[in-house]
Amino acid sequence: MSLARAVCLLLLLLVCAACGQDAPWNKAQVQGGSQFVTGSIGEPSNLVPILASDSSSSDISGLVYNGLVRYDKNLKLEGDLAESWEVSPDGLRITFHLRRGVKWHDGHDFTSRDVLYTYRVTVDPKTPTAYAEDFKQVQSAQAPDQYTFQVTYAKPFAPALASWGMPILPAHLLEGKDITKSPLSRNPVGTGPYIFKEWVPGQRLVLEANPNYWEGAPRLARYVYRIIPDNSTMYMELKAGGVDMMGLSPVQYQRQTTGKEFLARFNKYRYPASAYTYMGYNLRLPMFQDVRVRRAITCAINKEEIIQGVLLGMGQIAHGPYKPGTWAYKSKVENDPAYDPARAKALLQEAGYRMGAGGILEKDGKPLSFTIMTNQGNDQRLKCAQIIQMRLKKVGIDVKIRVMEWASFLTNFIDKGKFEVVLMGWTISQDPDLYDVWHSSKTGPKELNFIHYLNPELDRLIVEGRGTFDMGKRRDCYYQIQEILAKDQPYTFLYVPDALPVVTSRIKGIEPAPAGIMHNFIKWYVD
Amino acid sequence: MANYLIKRILMLIPLLLGITLITFTVIHLAPGEPVEMQTAMSPKASAASRARLREFYGLDKPLHVQYGMWLSNLSRLDFGRSFAPDNRPVLDKIKERIPITISLNVIALILEFGLALPIGIMAAVHRDTLLDRAISVFVFVGFAVPTFWLALLCMYLFGVKLSWLPISGIHSLGSDQWSWWWRTLDLARHLVLPIAIATFGSLAGLSRYMRSTMIEVLSQDYITTARAKGVRERVVIYRHALKNALLPVITLLGFSLPALIGGSVIFETIFSIPGMGQLFYQGVMARDYPLVMGILVIGACLTLIGNLLADLCYALADPRIRHGRG
Repeated sequence: MSLARAVCLLLLLLVCAACGQDAPWNKAQVQGGSQFVTGSIGEPSNLVPILASDSSSSDISGLVYNGLVRYDKNLKLEGDLAESWEVSPDGLRITFHLRRGVKWHDGHDFTSRDVLYTYRVTVDPKTPTAYAEDFKQVQSAQAPDQYTFQVTYAKPFAPALASWGMPILPAHLLEGKDITKSPLSRNPVGTGPYIFKEWVPGQRLVLEANPNYWEGAPRLARYVYRIIPDNSTMYMELKAGGVDMMGLSPVQYQRQTTGKEFLARFNKYRYPASAYTYMGYNLRLPMFQDVRVRRAITCAINKEEIIQGVLLGMGQIAHGPYKPGTWAYKSKVENDPAYDPARAKALLQEAGYRMGAGGILEKDGKPLSFTIMTNQGNDQRLKCAQIIQMRLKKVGIDVKIRVMEWASFLTNFIDKGKFEVVLMGWTISQDPDLYDVWHSSKTGPKELNFIHYLNPELDRLIVEGRGTFDMGKRRDCYYQIQEILAKDQPYTFLYVPDALPVVTSRIKGIEPAPAGIMHNFIKWYVD
Repeated sequence: MANYLIKRILMLIPLLLGITLITFTVIHLAPGEPVEMQTAMSPKASAASRARLREFYGLDKPLHVQYGMWLSNLSRLDFGRSFAPDNRPVLDKIKERIPITISLNVIALILEFGLALPIGIMAAVHRDTLLDRAISVFVFVGFAVPTFWLALLCMYLFGVKLSWLPISGIHSLGSDQWSWWWRTLDLARHLVLPIAIATFGSLAGLSRYMRSTMIEVLSQDYITTARAKGVRERVVIYRHALKNALLPVITLLGFSLPALIGGSVIFETIFSIPGMGQLFYQGVMARDYPLVMGILVIGACLTLIGNLLADLCYALADPRIRHGRG
């Protein structure tokens, strides 16, 4: 038993030492200083931006690298590494004038050679990148001098400009080497406001302010990106001062962060996220080919109730594929079916459905019944499906719900077209081009128009919209597209959730804008 | 004995081959491919870029060719490169995660055996008394309470309310500038909660096992004889009974060898511990074949070695088995 006593004594000593005022971890918290700690569920996969497609990698790449252009706080394109640019009158050629005096973090000058290299390596068939598509529209690319870069397209391509927001890679470190084995993937060298310092696998990445950044050095000296895979743990860390910023869930925003003490220590922000959740119908199935059925389903669903139930009110009704408040978004869509169960019943009656035994509608002896599929691990989507199930039951539609692991869901069901209705989400890209998700040429295997929506009128408008740089003309196209989608209801657009970041009140200088809060990160400071 | 040992070791080779063949087939049977995971639902990925990625990873070759290539690399101890976008050698990825997992598991295992065995003996000796029942309730509470829930409660109490212990991770920020003494203490502080909770959760199995073997041994004739001789109860229990009751535990110890490199996903996720459990889980979810195969091969080797060691130790400890096999 004396051993046990010794162990107890040792533990007691440890606890005393741990609580002692001189322990470094007690000092560390006070000294937080101009260090900014943020938490992330996932770990970056690769810091060569063209080789990664996860959001954690782009969080870091966004601070280490620059593109030629970027979106400003109002989601308008502005120059980044390009000081200015011109589009030729026929819309075929873009000339970028590059910023002079920009240096890579290792001291080399940034020139048009880097831009040319980035373009070439991205379209190189040997590079395993998912980002080659936009650059493949380029017919030729030249660098007439050190600070000019010119690209020519075969036909006018409006999303082209935004595609040059792709981070520019350092040619002097990569040219002639195998990019997939480059040390830059763990140790990036960019031109951006923060310089990469260290990466402790599975734990954190540390960046330091670039004193020579062309926009001026960032005011927060260190940026620490902690990997905390669990949201509840991250929330505890936030309260204990271990992280300075995180994204809250609706429950955390509404119920757990309303106390006076919390609000004195933290500032909460709220703005629409760039994403929407929808219910998509498999239009290969006769049941869903009747637009009246699709409209009836939308009429039977109370979107406001879903937002209240699933997001606790932290979101907005979606009636199209755009984010409210952006230039392509049409705020009043005339054809959008509002919540109206009586109308839903009438529409179904019109489509030939009659009430059968057991309260389920029938047509030609077949009940109106389908399965909503969604992916595992997204509780909001599951709740959404359950609310929809309840609402549709009331108008006589029988709904089953099936939740699948992501990989099987895609491979066995989406890719093979073996589904009836899916409940999923899309992120909303800054450029309003809809070609990949809605054009009828994109219905092949593994392509994104997997619901098989074919509408020549919509195709024409999509092609017209991406074929001009005239914002007015583009907006007209996208307004018409929103009317068509509202009328046809190939999806029932459900909601655009709110992004709910919270930041310690220690950090000042945050300016919420349509682009969110991160747009002026380099101007944030601690006082 | 030497003959027996050589035979056993030779037997391991076909066994290992069989295991790799089955796991390789099973993981490839799972729907979805690594390329899929990287490009699915991305508007920027075309069929051509997908084909490019497949070729890059060698997924366009027939399955048996892929297996052959993998096996020939493995025979040179080359586990290949991960199919995740970082494309790093599998061995590097495992190497940077294995130390923390092994240390955690070894400490937890020592604590588990150190606590569960005495608890089990105590319960057996005081069989059907209030103490026995109290112990049962205690260990089953540990077994039944969801780890993540208990972990969150403890984090809230010790981390947020009392600020005695750090909440997650294994190092404090900035600890790399402290002296080794403070760094070690810092690490210890971070491990208190995870290890305490892991140990609490695993007491039930071993202590119940110990209790039942001890009860069985205590009812043997030689124990009755010892007691009749007037041997003191302590000696009866700790010398005569315990030795025999511990025999089956050796087997259990052998089985825990592969568990040393395996981690619990939920557990590591909650405490943000960058261990093997998370690595394996992410590997499976991303269909990162080389990584998954690498971890499975190491696990399979340890399982086989663990079994072998358990059998050998058993033979050494128990003359009946040793002589029976001759």
